[in-house]
Amino acid sequence: MNRQTKKQTALPIWLSALLPILALAGMLAFFLLGNPLAPFRADLPPIELLNFGRVRVVDEGFKLSVVNEGPDPIRISQVLVDEAYWEFDSDPRVLQRYDNAEITIYYPWVRGEPHEIRLITETGLTFDTEVELAIPTPVPGMREFLAYGLLGIYVGIIPVGLGMLWFPALRRIDRKWLDAVLALTIGLLVFLFVDTFLEGLEVAESLPGFFQGVPLVIFAALTTWLVLMAVRSSGEKEDHAGDDALGLARLIALSIGLHNLGEGLAIGAAFALGEAALGSFLVIGFTLHNITEGIGIAAPLLPRIRPEDDEDRKVSTRLPTFIWLILLAGAPAILGAWIGGFLYSPLLSTLFLGIGVGAIWQVIVEVTGLLQRNAASAHRTVFSWLNVGGFTMGLMIMYLTAFLVSF
Amino acid sequence: MSSDHDRKGFFGRRGFLKAGLLTSGLVAPLVGAIKTMEGSAGSGPDPEPREQGQPGHGGFGAVGQVDHEFNGFDPHEMLYDWDYGEVSTLPNGQTLREYKFTAVDKDIEVAPGVIFPSWAYNGRVPGPSIRCVEGDRIRIEFTNASRHPHTIHFHGIHHASMDGVPGVGAGNIHTGETTIYEFDAEPFGCHLYHCHSNPLKRHIHKGLYGAFIVDPDPEKYSGREREIAKTRNHNFPENEPWNEMMMVMNAFDTNFDGENEIYAVNTVAFAYNNPPIPIKADNPQRLYLINTTEFDPINSLHTHANFFDYYDHGTSFEPTFKTIDTVMQCQAQRGILEFSFKDHEPGLYMFHAHQSEFVELGWMAFFEVQE
Repeated sequence: MNRQTKKQTALPIWLSALLPILALAGMLAFFLLGNPLAPFRADLPPIELLNFGRVRVVDEGFKLSVVNEGPDPIRISQVLVDEAYWEFDSDPRVLQRYDNAEITIYYPWVRGEPHEIRLITETGLTFDTEVELAIPTPVPGMREFLAYGLLGIYVGIIPVGLGMLWFPALRRIDRKWLDAVLALTIGLLVFLFVDTFLEGLEVAESLPGFFQGVPLVIFAALTTWLVLMAVRSSGEKEDHAGDDALGLARLIALSIGLHNLGEGLAIGAAFALGEAALGSFLVIGFTLHNITEGIGIAAPLLPRIRPEDDEDRKVSTRLPTFIWLILLAGAPAILGAWIGGFLYSPLLSTLFLGIGVGAIWQVIVEVTGLLQRNAASAHRTVFSWLNVGGFTMGLMIMYLTAFLVSF
Repeated sequence: MSSDHDRKGFFGRRGFLKAGLLTSGLVAPLVGAIKTMEGSAGSGPDPEPREQGQPGHGGFGAVGQVDHEFNGFDPHEMLYDWDYGEVSTLPNGQTLREYKFTAVDKDIEVAPGVIFPSWAYNGRVPGPSIRCVEGDRIRIEFTNASRHPHTIHFHGIHHASMDGVPGVGAGNIHTGETTIYEFDAEPFGCHLYHCHSNPLKRHIHKGLYGAFIVDPDPEKYSGREREIAKTRNHNFPENEPWNEMMMVMNAFDTNFDGENEIYAVNTVAFAYNNPPIPIKADNPQRLYLINTTEFDPINSLHTHANFFDYYDHGTSFEPTFKTIDTVMQCQAQRGILEFSFKDHEPGLYMFHAHQSEFVELGWMAFFEVQE
């Protein structure tokens, strides 16, 4: 204690805490006022980087949003469409760093044909984007809102609901097959994990550079997983068997829901961009693709699925429970279709997909843990042919049905 | 998670709600979508699918105006600003025309708001329009104030030492150096000069070129040819009624990808669209047309509602093509166009390259025929 009091007279703690900040301020002042990097800059032209957001096709032409992701201001001087100068408005005309602008180009586009758009800045640099297929971008009216909502129902809610219709059959199968059902669920989840992660990376690439899209996906996933772990740990102290099973089903439904949100985004955006020529084929494809998800969600609710389950455990398998689970897993597809169709936002999409990745990972951990406990209690290996077969089957069903919806 | 009564399984109601916070971000965009929907509800769905965009206003063309004062030259003035040089007579009676050329690095506005880092003779693109008479002694004192070596290479008849190419005669003129190019103006016609330093593509497309017009000397011809020569020679009254214009077809690759973003006549895209070139219907028209376009093999000129006689290189008194309305030129090809609007109604008469791509990238213009 004596030595400590002696030290305190040397420097008060608030001052020593402030010291680095003061030093930093001095450094900043030196750089801002002194320009010590002058020898590096000479009179180089400014660095211009422009990121394209969504390009919308409207009656009077095109509307595009751009973000200045470079360090210097950018002036939009001219706009070319298909190698011709066209009149346009840009609000604002000069973009400071991080600014975004809405550019309206007055152009007589041709339905169903592609158009190239090129922006020329003050320095003569050009930035290109394209309208892959000129059809009017849907405006959120009541009819469109319902149509896109229906789309989400087709690819989200209906397949999950159909998958759950297997529940009565599954609950009567022999116990040794139950582990295979769990393994199948894991296979399904691993596919969704990879799929969601890659989808997230793809959307992240389209973000302005300063958002650091790829790390954003990873950090969103990591944070989600940690939060779910914390939720899990805090609930572990007292275990009610029934709630636990339902909780796991909910967790699976939620994570699949986040994945389906990503699917909804992709489908909504595709329909809005006019890529939906596949139409009903695409919707049927997604129905087949997502039907397995229903089995995965219902699996924890099967009787005797866990080693600690006795014959008469109380798990709610009433209809409202299932409807709630179906909505949790399927309804995000509706939301995704709306967001994708009407206000496509790469930033939100990146975040959601990252969250989905984390949630799916957590479910994989949970279900794998359950499978391990089952195996341990029965003194069997997790890697039985039955389990490996079930896992592979889950992967293959998802992989093969994805042929129908990959575009 | 500190609450004691939160123990309904690891994913009990409270925990579930907390996790739900993660997804609460989902709700905000939905609310936004509904608001947007309400905002546009009045417009209703579109009954007919649109086959094309329907621009309410505006349309084709560049937006804004080029600041000619910033550039220090105006394409409209360039049409007519012949540079006759400092004129004197040599002891042998020959006319001497002395010019001072300086190559500089200069930013110029080639389309509204688009700045091109040009290299320019005397700060303008194209450079000064030299106008002289065949047999005149031309003396050009060339100073290089640019950061790169340059030359001036004349399309005319001269000795090797005066050819203005690297490695011959004075060769490359380096920064701060001066040289003199001297030769007799031969043959008469519509010619050009340009920098011949390497890399040639860049030195030309950066803007180092200009018109070199040699009028025929009527004394050297007789009969009909003499009469024609008088109309072409700026020293003769027969030349006065002619409205003589100088146009260099050029282009700019503003992002340096080997393709032009901007095509123009006398540098500025759409310069003669607004305002158009005023034409008095009674005057015969003579156009000195030069192609310096880089990267594209040819350029062309097409007149609307009118035909012209074309004298390739301007080196003959008989037209190379009679009564045509479109002529094409490779790079450095040039010629004289003669035409008349005498019997035309007043109004706007378009002329442009007949490569549609060039038209829409800036090489489009109007004559406005006036009473």
